[in-house]
Amino acid sequence: MAAGVATWLPFARAAAVGWLPLAQQPLPPAPGVKASRGDEVLVVNVSGRRFETWKNTLDRYPDTLLGSSEKEFFYDADSGEYFFDRDPDMFRHVLNFYRTGRLHCPRQECIQAFDEELAFYGLVPELVGDCCLEEYRDRKKENAERLAEDEEAEQAAEGPALRAGSSLRQRLWRAFENPHTSTAALVFYYVTGFFIAVSVIANVVETIPCRSLARRPPGEQPCGDRFPTAFFCMDTACVLIFTGEYLLRLFAAPSRCRFLRSVMSLIDVVAILPYYIGLFVPKNEDVSGAFVTLRVFRVFRIFKFSRHSQGLRILGYTLKSCASELGFLLFSLTMAIIIFATVMFYAEKGTKKTNFTSIPAAFWYTIVTMTTLGYGDMVPSTIAGKIFGSICSLSGVLVIALPVPVIVSNFSRIYHQNQRADKRRAQQKVRLARIRLAKSGTTNAFLQYKQNRGLEDSGSGEDQALCVRNRSAFEKQHHHLLHCLEKTTCHEFTDELTFNEALGAVSLGGRTSRSTSVSSQPVGPGNLLSSCCPRRAKRRALRLANSTASVSRASMQELDTLRRSPVPQSRSSLNAKLHDNLDLNCDSRDFVAAIISIPTPPANTPDESRPSSPGGGGGASSTLRNSSLGTPCLLPETVKISSL
Amino acid sequence: MWMEGESEGLQTLGIVVVVCSSLKLLHYLGLIDLSDDKIEDELEMTMVCHRPEGLEQLEAQTNFTKRELQVLYRGFKNECPSGVVNEETFKQIYAQFFPHGDATTYAHYLFHAFDTTQTGSVKFEDFVTALSILLRGTVHEKLRWTFNLYDINKDGYINKEEMMDIVKAIYDMMGKYTYPVLKEDTPRQHVDVFFQKMDKNKDGIVTLDEFLESCQEDDNIMRSLQLFQNVM
Repeated sequence: MAAGVATWLPFARAAAVGWLPLAQQPLPPAPGVKASRGDEVLVVNVSGRRFETWKNTLDRYPDTLLGSSEKEFFYDADSGEYFFDRDPDMFRHVLNFYRTGRLHCPRQECIQAFDEELAFYGLVPELVGDCCLEEYRDRKKENAERLAEDEEAEQAAEGPALRAGSSLRQRLWRAFENPHTSTAALVFYYVTGFFIAVSVIANVVETIPCRSLARRPPGEQPCGDRFPTAFFCMDTACVLIFTGEYLLRLFAAPSRCRFLRSVMSLIDVVAILPYYIGLFVPKNEDVSGAFVTLRVFRVFRIFKFSRHSQGLRILGYTLKSCASELGFLLFSLTMAIIIFATVMFYAEKGTKKTNFTSIPAAFWYTIVTMTTLGYGDMVPSTIAGKIFGSICSLSGVLVIALPVPVIVSNFSRIYHQNQRADKRRAQQKVRLARIRLAKSGTTNAFLQYKQNRGLEDSGSGEDQALCVRNRSAFEKQHHHLLHCLEKTTCHEFTDELTFNEALGAVSLGGRTSRSTSVSSQPVGPGNLLSSCCPRRAKRRALRLANSTASVSRASMQELDTLRRSPVPQSRSSLNAKLHDNLDLNCDSRDFVAAIISIPTPPANTPDESRPSSPGGGGGASSTLRNSSLGTPCLLPETVKISSL
Repeated sequence: MWMEGESEGLQTLGIVVVVCSSLKLLHYLGLIDLSDDKIEDELEMTMVCHRPEGLEQLEAQTNFTKRELQVLYRGFKNECPSGVVNEETFKQIYAQFFPHGDATTYAHYLFHAFDTTQTGSVKFEDFVTALSILLRGTVHEKLRWTFNLYDINKDGYINKEEMMDIVKAIYDMMGKYTYPVLKEDTPRQHVDVFFQKMDKNKDGIVTLDEFLESCQEDDNIMRSLQLFQNVM
């Protein structure tokens, strides 16, 4: 999108006059321009704040919302202005873009909100001006990292709610990624951790000198040579476990190619490869030297701990993200080392029996001095050498101190992000419960409506009418939609309790009469409910196939009580359109192309149970008591939720 | 120059250097992936933006008034600022209306019925055109749109498998907790009844003419076609 190209069009057209004498064919006629109204002032009303600008200003960028005919969709003919229901503060920045050609990023606003506004007005994020671009990119990246973590945390938390139909592979993978989901996974996690530790300790211990009683009496032997079989067996066991784990992970991985290329699998391979190479390499003298060096790689097993330790992962991630600073540090150190080593070598060259035999030999001295270690195995003896040596140590301190704060600040940022993520994970359960509660409101609203509607038919007092009438227009249409779906399939929506009882009745092959009037926890304000909708109890009693088993299960499920505050109107930002679609023999079915802000879950969660109503009129064991969204009904708003 | 016994250590060093550099090389070649964060890649994705035709054009092409188009567009734009709906968003929107069950399969078929050009995304024009047919169109147009919805592979005929898929998708939306309890072969029975009614010549497929004819004979269907006429 070239900046402000439209404003230069008259100039370009005027410049075309220069072609006229050269043209060999008659030029095409100019396109007819609508009787232009001259330049006019447009009024843009953003949530009440009026912005006025020239039409030409907006026309500068014809492929944005305000510059194209798309803004006509927002034109309000009555007031003669363009009305946008968006944030007026953000709009200021957008309008300034049209005026000045540079898009600035507001400092105190959330970067996500800014992004959404840009998307709405059709501005590409690349338009952000150079002065604000860096900050924009950084904040966006930070946000994206945080959101990626949130998603992972949510997925991890919702892991247990996986469908039962998941295959063995998926379950295995989930067990590997989130060991806390099942006891078997946890056991496996700890076992592998234990074996990693055993393997590393064995590597360490086998080099400790043990007193040997054989062959060389006064001498000492490394333990590895004294007990070769024991160490070999331990090594074999560890490698077998690691190999098994690797193969299982490979089998369970959803995308094997990606798994093969990931860092952790590389570490796994490097950890077990030396053993297998050692098995197949013949034990002759020439090759065994190289074989010995391969054993060094067994130390990589310690990196397998990074699956078990969050801190290691953070450290690794920090180092990776500070790669450029570390590279700079390394590069500047190398330069300084070479310079000072050369200088020291030439300064000490004249001295007899000097340690500075060559420039590479002086490297050691330089490094030790610059990092302020100062072993003292090499010291300059000439005066020039000492002067240069002191300059070397002073500059070493400076060079190393420079990139360190950057690394530290990176680490602290990532560390705090993780702290926050952990805290969020801890609060996840309560959060999820609250979300589930809000979502269930919508599902139960319909069932509520059905019962109320049923009572309407039987004709009764004003209380029901109140409950039913106070639904919003959207709710009415949505319920009509669900009703149509019921009629299409000739099945009705019910709640879980009824379903289980019906299931029980079907399997038991009969309907047992309601023997006990169950009211396990009479809820106080529930009396109000029964008086509000008296017939409901009877209707439920007729419908339910009774089984005391399910009722006692319901009471057992009631471990926690959450007082549900009135669920906020989740459908506030709505433009509901119901449209029709035709259908099979029963009825019409319709689909809706409307927009709701809060998503709702696919199914009722088994965690909820319905509170039981008091004795009232005849002992219905449970009724549906949920406040539908925003209905100022006399319903008590209490829902019991089982343990989270 | 080197002391004896240094060769092993140097061999180790040599192997380490070789391994690290080969890993780095492979990483640059893209064969393995040493970096864990994929965030930077996603940041650079440019947004697909689509702007609809003018208001007057749309008004001429559809049966909606300017006001109605404005209202429709505002809602559409709110949900999809980029101007197009992709299948994921469509499924999510649709699933919010049927929280009891799983509306994704049916939303999938719906999406493909909306997406007449099979591009994988629904623009505002497609959206409004389909709505115009369904809300304000003639009976004939509505029935034809429905036939197109059922005809999953768009070959002009509805066979039993396609019908089964559609019916199962509808039953999926009911969810688990229904009364009476959903049995395994309920969808199948439903499909059989449908075919008995619609398939006049009993050849196992339903053509557009058979469909139109049978629907027009059925009073229920005709009546319910008028149900959502004045919804806007």
